[in-house]
Amino acid sequence: MLIAVPSLLGISVVLFVILALAPGDPFGELASNPNVPPGVAAGLRTKFGLDDPVALRYLRWLSAMLHGDWGFSFVSRMDVDTLIRQRLPATLLVIGASQILALFIALPVGVYSAMRRYSIFDQIANLLAFIGFSLPTFFTGLLLILLFSIYLDWLPFVFRTDIAATGWHWYWEQFKQAVMPVAVLALLQAASWTRYVRSSVLEVIRLDFVTTARAKGLPERTVVLKHIVRNALIPVVTLVALQMPALFGGAIVTEQIFRIPGIGSLLINSILANDTPVIMAVTFVFACLVILFNLIADILYGWLDPRIAYR
Amino acid sequence: MILATMLLAVALGPLLWRVPINDIDFSAHLEGPSWNHPFGTDDLGQDLLARMLYGGRISLAVGLAAMLVAIIVGTAIGAIAGMSRGSIDAALMWLTDLFLSLPPLPLLLLVIYLFRESLKQLVGPELGTFILIVAVIGGFRWMQVARLVRAQFLSLREKEFVEAARALGMSSLRLVVRHILPNSLGPIIVAGTIDVAAAIIAESTLSFLGLGFPPDIPTWGRILFDAKDYLDIAPHWALFAGGAIFLAVLSINFIGDGLRDALDPRTSA
Repeated sequence: MLIAVPSLLGISVVLFVILALAPGDPFGELASNPNVPPGVAAGLRTKFGLDDPVALRYLRWLSAMLHGDWGFSFVSRMDVDTLIRQRLPATLLVIGASQILALFIALPVGVYSAMRRYSIFDQIANLLAFIGFSLPTFFTGLLLILLFSIYLDWLPFVFRTDIAATGWHWYWEQFKQAVMPVAVLALLQAASWTRYVRSSVLEVIRLDFVTTARAKGLPERTVVLKHIVRNALIPVVTLVALQMPALFGGAIVTEQIFRIPGIGSLLINSILANDTPVIMAVTFVFACLVILFNLIADILYGWLDPRIAYR
Repeated sequence: MILATMLLAVALGPLLWRVPINDIDFSAHLEGPSWNHPFGTDDLGQDLLARMLYGGRISLAVGLAAMLVAIIVGTAIGAIAGMSRGSIDAALMWLTDLFLSLPPLPLLLLVIYLFRESLKQLVGPELGTFILIVAVIGGFRWMQVARLVRAQFLSLREKEFVEAARALGMSSLRLVVRHILPNSLGPIIVAGTIDVAAAIIAESTLSFLGLGFPPDIPTWGRILFDAKDYLDIAPHWALFAGGAIFLAVLSINFIGDGLRDALDPRTSA
């Protein structure tokens, strides 16, 4: 866990530097307001420590963040951390579900097309993967809305939190409204993962231990699942972890299109409403999530390749 | 090629298709494609073909410019890290890893939110937004290039021809510019090509979220943003804009893939 601390500190420094470099400050309006005497404005500035050196301000901000004091949202009239806690589950649900779906698409397709290289299946899968990662998320989202909500009228295109149903029906409605956003994200991920899995399997497949396993007379199933896939997944995990930041970008867009009340749409709305504390906090939360997923990738490494040990 | 056609279309199109982009005509709003308006019209009756051609210029220009920024920054950092051993190398690589673990889109939005106003006042709304978007997109995409360049430099600087040049008394800078850099161009070009596609997507995403160029400048993303509320009555509007982005990105990715196969025979994907 300790590997994450320097990165988190680094990210907080970057965030704070961006904020400190930005022109304008919270009391800019006060200074130009003729009803506020200059003495009062200067007093307020000293009181909140705006004239202190940057390093001191950074330390103060950091300690406030660590104590759980994330500031107050001027627009929503509530504490920032409560606001984020309300919004975070929706985001995590959509991202998590799409990752699992993408895995279930990419793994079989990637392995199968590598095993049957240059077959028709392989060529079609390759072409589809190429199209998949060239399609921007916002366009996929609009296409799905056009097809399933407007022409076919199967699925709702606005995410609702106030569904007036209970029991199974409630779950069914939730499922229906989550299908499209999850599919949009999953398609993007699955497309690039398929390519990674395929090229990684192609690398492993010609290694000696695979030939040995076949020569021992192991069934093809065992060779593929236990020998090839497990070893091919190691580089894939790295690439997937590197893609995480981009995934969160896609999540923000998806939330905005389908109006999912997650932290991504919270970010956009607070930018449009100039709500600085919320913007800072959400950006920081996104950075934390990226690091969290990188940690998970590290743990997966250890599981896939026992030679890598963490002490 | 599709991309060549597109480049030609956005370069020459506005000269041939002389319909003004902001000609408001309420009698012909939200119309589908017709001979008067081949791509249909939007909610104010503005001609979509003209707007698409104009927006394509900006979208493609942003993509290319941001790629240049990313390549220049990435090559500089990668070259410095690759030539210097020890602590400078380690520090630069730590910085690269840090930037790699930053989520780009939230930071893009944050930077644009914070610096938008002041830059607009400095150099005007259009140029200001352009500089800002190019700088920010380029500024968050140099890491791959830096890593590639560093890896190339590490292996190239031990090669015999570099050693020979050094033995002849060549200065470090000249060595880099004349011998090492030209030999590491292949991967840089491939990464650059893919960066163009990524930058076009990034710009469209920003515009699509309503945080890119101002509304009177119709980039492809902006057109899509305006179109999404009329999806049920005027789907052609969104389809043309989104299709243009998709085709541009797809063809650039294909070029990048082809270049990779051509320049690097080892990775036969």
